Amino acid sequence: MSEKSEKLDLLARKIYDSLENGEVPALDLPTRTRENIVLDTLSLVWKYGSTKTTRSATSLDGAEYILKTLYLIDFIKEMYSVSKTSTLREMYYISEGWGHAKFHAQEESNMLAEDLEVITTMLREELSLRPEENGASIIGDITIEEKNRKGDFKKINCRDDVGDGGYNIPYSVETDKIRLIGTNAKFILAIETGGMFDRLVENGFDESFNCILLHLKGQPARSSRRLLKRLNEEFKLPIYVFTDGDPWSFRIYASVAYGAIKTAHISNYLAVPSAEFIGITASDILNYELPSDKLTDKDIQALNAELKDPRFQTEFWKQEIDTMLMSGKKAEQQSLAKYGLDFVTDTYLPDKLGAVGGGR
Amino acid sequence: MNKDLISKNKEISISEFFNKNRHILGFESPQKSLFMIVKEAVDNSLDACEEYSILPQVDVKMEKASQDEFKITIADNGPGIDRKEVANVFGKLLYGSRFHQLRQSRGQQGIGITAAVFYGQITTGKHALVVTKREQDDVTYQFEIGIDVKTNSGVISREDVLVTDLKHGTSVTIWAKGKYQEGRQSILEYLRETAAVNPDMELRFTNTEGKTIRFPRTIEELPKRSIPIKPHPHGTEVGDLQFIISEFREDPISKVLQNGFSRVSNKVAEEILSISGVDPEEKAGDLPLKDVKSIVESFTKTKIMPPQTDCLSPLGIEYMRRGLRNVYEELKPSFYSKPVVRNPIVYKGNPMIVEVGLVYGGELSPDENVRLVRYANKVPLLYQQGGCAITKAVSEMDWRGFGLDQRSGAGLPFGPMILLVHICGTKIPYTSESKEAIAQVPEIIEEIKQALRLSARSLRTFMRKRERRSKANEKYRLVAQIIPEISTKSGKILGRDPPDTSKTISKVVNVVLIREKIEKKSEREYLVSADVTNYTSEKRSFTIHISPPNGTSDLDKISIDSLEQAGSKSFTFTITSDSPYKETDFYVEGIDPVYVIGAEALPPDYQMKEISYEVEDQ
Repeated sequence: MSEKSEKLDLLARKIYDSLENGEVPALDLPTRTRENIVLDTLSLVWKYGSTKTTRSATSLDGAEYILKTLYLIDFIKEMYSVSKTSTLREMYYISEGWGHAKFHAQEESNMLAEDLEVITTMLREELSLRPEENGASIIGDITIEEKNRKGDFKKINCRDDVGDGGYNIPYSVETDKIRLIGTNAKFILAIETGGMFDRLVENGFDESFNCILLHLKGQPARSSRRLLKRLNEEFKLPIYVFTDGDPWSFRIYASVAYGAIKTAHISNYLAVPSAEFIGITASDILNYELPSDKLTDKDIQALNAELKDPRFQTEFWKQEIDTMLMSGKKAEQQSLAKYGLDFVTDTYLPDKLGAVGGGR
Repeated sequence: MNKDLISKNKEISISEFFNKNRHILGFESPQKSLFMIVKEAVDNSLDACEEYSILPQVDVKMEKASQDEFKITIADNGPGIDRKEVANVFGKLLYGSRFHQLRQSRGQQGIGITAAVFYGQITTGKHALVVTKREQDDVTYQFEIGIDVKTNSGVISREDVLVTDLKHGTSVTIWAKGKYQEGRQSILEYLRETAAVNPDMELRFTNTEGKTIRFPRTIEELPKRSIPIKPHPHGTEVGDLQFIISEFREDPISKVLQNGFSRVSNKVAEEILSISGVDPEEKAGDLPLKDVKSIVESFTKTKIMPPQTDCLSPLGIEYMRRGLRNVYEELKPSFYSKPVVRNPIVYKGNPMIVEVGLVYGGELSPDENVRLVRYANKVPLLYQQGGCAITKAVSEMDWRGFGLDQRSGAGLPFGPMILLVHICGTKIPYTSESKEAIAQVPEIIEEIKQALRLSARSLRTFMRKRERRSKANEKYRLVAQIIPEISTKSGKILGRDPPDTSKTISKVVNVVLIREKIEKKSEREYLVSADVTNYTSEKRSFTIHISPPNGTSDLDKISIDSLEQAGSKSFTFTITSDSPYKETDFYVEGIDPVYVIGAEALPPDYQMKEISYEVEDQ
């Protein structure tokens, strides 16, 4: 039996044994909320703290949770035996046939999949589950090898072998799927929006600044973050995150640099604490007099929540959030076009990169 | 003499006054005028049937005669009308009123139906058609009737004698201008609400589209008749006394007081007159106004027995129960509270009874204001809800403790509920002549609140019971389904036999679980199967008492002997019930009730309760 199967059996065994011993089955896992993430001083990423949540069969909810976990384990083991994987959405639909263990919403099944990662310390990929969407794209002088469906590794240069859309990051970027071969790039620029990514590609920013451009596509998929992490670790490439200037973009940066609350159990794999923020700041909006929008009530709520978020407790962030709340303004990265299509590549980015010591 | 007095002095002015001020009697808008015609006629039909002990059958038909003209026919199986009286009944304002006698009745004091005929006449120029037959008459009479405004009298423009197979009854057809609408304040709603408190009535309504809606009779028993009584001195005003004196001008005042009022004996009359300093032998007709006033003032200073209260005809528990089921069962309510009938109170010398019925849940909307259905003397009050004492009483109560939403604990609460409030009395204080709202008298509001509180309390009991039941179902799902499945599934994953769950289950619930399943067998029969499972860690013996909230059971109780740990026992019984059977109340004896889910502790007065249930249900 494979190691993965054994890990899952261990969990089933724990439940089986408590029944056999006449005890009430229960599962413990770290509480997955903002209040329970702490900075790991060694790795400088945010992980779950010591607060635990217990799901026990004393209540109907708890018992159903345990039953659903067992169904999920059984399902994953079945996939192992036929070498298949399933999307989270497919898993949600498959649960239709699980009787009392059926999921009532996609959100519930996604949460359980993540919980199972937390409990078993296995990655989603190891559980044969994959997200609905792939990672985004990268473009730049980097050579990789990707295992194709036939099982052969195919060499790809992400500048010379791809079109203007770039290389599409697959849902899994672990070493059994992707090998990083070599690069001449000096740094990575991770970009929030597709429009800005295309602007930088068209302006040839990757070549003129000798860097890799990575499209985050909003809140980045796990595989995008994992690839950033590997590029950072294996090639020692610094990472700069270029986003819009609004509370949601701040969170995009935080999940790249510090780890996301929902995936704090794998921050070690995903977060790059050295990533620098060069997105639009509240100060930029004022200094560059960028075209802006008024903050909505939701924006203001989000900013206030960030003031309580342990990840944002630095001088820089506190000041930027306060300034944004005070000015009441937000702006998109594409608003830089106010000064012409080349302003971002000729002036803004060189200035910003210079300020943080990048782009040399 | 009485009639003469009115006709001589007031007739002309009354008819003309009405012509100019028809809003006072409720004929203020085209839509409401049609409604008033139906209401006046139906109220009269029901009053007549009640007085003659006839189970009423009423047919209401609305037809469109032209764009804004309608032909409205109301036919009943009432006692019929003496042909000599027809002109007066339908054509004379104030006819038939008996001011010296008080009685709980629906209709207005001789104004209503005449006003309806009159309204038809002035809007269309057409006379009303009346067909009537008394049991003792051989033939049926048909009249065309109008009203002469100047002389305040009915004018018969045509009379026919017909031979029909009608046994007895009256039908009136009025042509009138107006506007027909369906909705909240409509004829249909009025009839629906009327049906809710008159389950002895068979009612059919045909609307302008020709669609007929039927409210069937669900009770064959006649309501208790109201008995006319003389007015009580308390609450009498100077004008009332003058009116009574005008009928007995030649009698000594002491006699007049004794004959014209209730609860006035010779001794009481003497006391009244001695306080007011009036000679008891004085001829009533000769008394100066100052003496009349003085007598009225001394009424309140004299101790007089409260009026008799058995003259009233409340709906009663069974009538409300049947009526509400009849009209609202289509909404599949989850709860009908036991109707509340309060003891009579006396307000200003007039007896009054407040009754409340409550319907909850089902398809009623949980997000809207509760539906308040107001009645006075068995007549639905559809208009002027805001100004009514009933609305005020409901709004002043804090309903939040009873599981309903209510902003800051005042105003009409929100929730899936219908509240029926009925006030009956010999003289109800209305806010206006059209009798659409009850005056906001503090004593009456307080009495309504008392009745509402009792109903609300039974609602709370129901909700608590429902919560306990849902908890029992949850526990059942947990121990009977989920935990066994956890065992099976974990066994399957590991390729082993599923582990035994009984010890775990005892730890999780440690109770005896009683659950029932109800299956409808026939129109009146329901098969109930109940399961008892012992999830505690010991052997258990106890008795379960079966108490159906409605209907009767063929099993009173069952003994459970030495039920092993994790052991189960099933039993079945049959319920016979006229109304839908939803759940059984189980009571346990011989076991600490904290170890039982699905049953309550046996109440100490259980046997007595059973007897009272039986009495009530019959």
